[in-house]
Amino acid sequence: MALLNRGCRERLFLPPVKNNHMIKVIESSGIAKSFGSTMALDDISFFVNESEIFGFIGPDGAGKTTLFRIITTLLLPDKGNMKVLGMDATSDYKQLRKNIGYMPGRFSLYQDLSVEENLNFYATVFGTTVEENYELIANIYSHIEPFKKRLAGKLSGGMKQKLALSCALIHKPRLLVLDEPTTGVDAVSRSEFWDMLSKLRQYNISIIVSTPYMDEAIRCDRVALIQNGKILSIDTPQKIRAGFSRKLFTVKSVEKYKLIKTLRKNPEVLTSYPFGDSIHVTLFNDSSDNSLFEYLVREGINDAVIQETEAGIEDRFLELMEKGVTA
Amino acid sequence: MNEKVIYVKNLVKKFGNFTANDNLSFEVFEGEIFGFLGANGAGKTTALRILSGLSKPTSGEVNVAGYDAYKQAEMIKRNIGYMCQKFSLYEDLTVKENIILYGGIYGMSKSLIRERLTNLLEKLHFQKDENRMISDLPLGLRQKLAFSVAVLHEPKIVFLDEPTGGVDPITRRQFWETIYETASRGITVFVTTHYMDEAEYCDRISIMNEGKIVALDTPEKLKKQYDAASVEEVFIKIARP
Repeated sequence: MALLNRGCRERLFLPPVKNNHMIKVIESSGIAKSFGSTMALDDISFFVNESEIFGFIGPDGAGKTTLFRIITTLLLPDKGNMKVLGMDATSDYKQLRKNIGYMPGRFSLYQDLSVEENLNFYATVFGTTVEENYELIANIYSHIEPFKKRLAGKLSGGMKQKLALSCALIHKPRLLVLDEPTTGVDAVSRSEFWDMLSKLRQYNISIIVSTPYMDEAIRCDRVALIQNGKILSIDTPQKIRAGFSRKLFTVKSVEKYKLIKTLRKNPEVLTSYPFGDSIHVTLFNDSSDNSLFEYLVREGINDAVIQETEAGIEDRFLELMEKGVTA
Repeated sequence: MNEKVIYVKNLVKKFGNFTANDNLSFEVFEGEIFGFLGANGAGKTTALRILSGLSKPTSGEVNVAGYDAYKQAEMIKRNIGYMCQKFSLYEDLTVKENIILYGGIYGMSKSLIRERLTNLLEKLHFQKDENRMISDLPLGLRQKLAFSVAVLHEPKIVFLDEPTGGVDPITRRQFWETIYETASRGITVFVTTHYMDEAEYCDRISIMNEGKIVALDTPEKLKKQYDAASVEEVFIKIARP
């Protein structure tokens, strides 16, 4: 362990550590950024450990892209400190850029260059060759190599995503920054993409990734839930789910709309949200599910099925949003 | 819930040698929320264009809102609504201007437009915002308005293309409640998406792969049939050989 640690420290050009604490590849403290009167980021503090897959989960407009632009030195914060790979994101930007692989949310490769030309171009810009780091991208690039003569603009969404990832990796960055890599990509490609990210772990590449898909949280080691420029919670996905403070019930009926309206009328019901084919309900009194059932029957919903269930990331996100609203 | 508002039998659509829709058959009923799923390139968009009267089938029967897709495409267009996540409202027009514009496009009378405009603003608590530019509205409000505009003319069917991708969880749920409310009034809601979470909210879903419908049932039955915990798992099992 000590030996491994020393190896990592040397690669990071940092003094050797004396304790066993994990190396932090990002240390953000009090980052704020406004655009006009819009507060895009408000007091953002977090750290990311080496080799971690760290997810920022939040809706459009939460501030994910602004934060990633600050991390990648493309935007200056108004306030706060951003340390990336031990360097200051403001003053050491030249050195830092050599060590970061960034995949922006919008496809930004050259559409009128072929797959192969794009990859060669990015390797050359970073002073390396495709051959030198091919091992790193082999698993990803092999999916699109049969189409290497095709123009990047003519690729499908899933293939563009794989090419963009290959280009972001070709200079063997120590930190990979992926802004909504799976948005607009179908479920199969999304799942493959996450498998690829997990495999990058063996190369000691740290990854931060943003996504609006709550269900992708479980593919991350730790996640930050982000909304309106603020971090609501940071933890492992398991602990975030466990943070849900009440008993959660699913309620089902064929007449979904009537069911929602009926639930909202009951003063015992604290929250009720549609979740796929059921309604997720919390109660003021956790053990009053029997009386809720009787109430629904009285109101003419005879087919109601109430079951206790485990809260997911999205349930917790909703709970935190409500607290934010009432606080 | 028995009237068929979409009837498709042996629909084939070819582009040259390429068969984009390969013998599709399905029905969608009044007041139903129907999810139309498939990977990128599976043929969803082609089928959607035919169902909305923008493109003609190569062969097969297609009837939408009681009109034939070969001969009555214009009538189909008047009896459906359409909303997509990326673009639905003109950002450089105000709330009110958008409503009037769409009312006009749907061929509604001036008095009817005025009446619906008032009702809609009231229902959405938008009275104060009627002169605001769409570009100034938060995403959640824009989406609600876009949906209301898509059903302004009380169509028989409204087509939604990835309606809730990217919005926050609360807004998303409010949006689904609006969809439920609309469906309970008898308007059929036809959702195309590759966001599998959205599929879970539908009454029935179909999954397309390489131009064919390979599964069609309620989410619950499909999950049972494929021994899967979610529609996403069903989709991956079907689409990944």
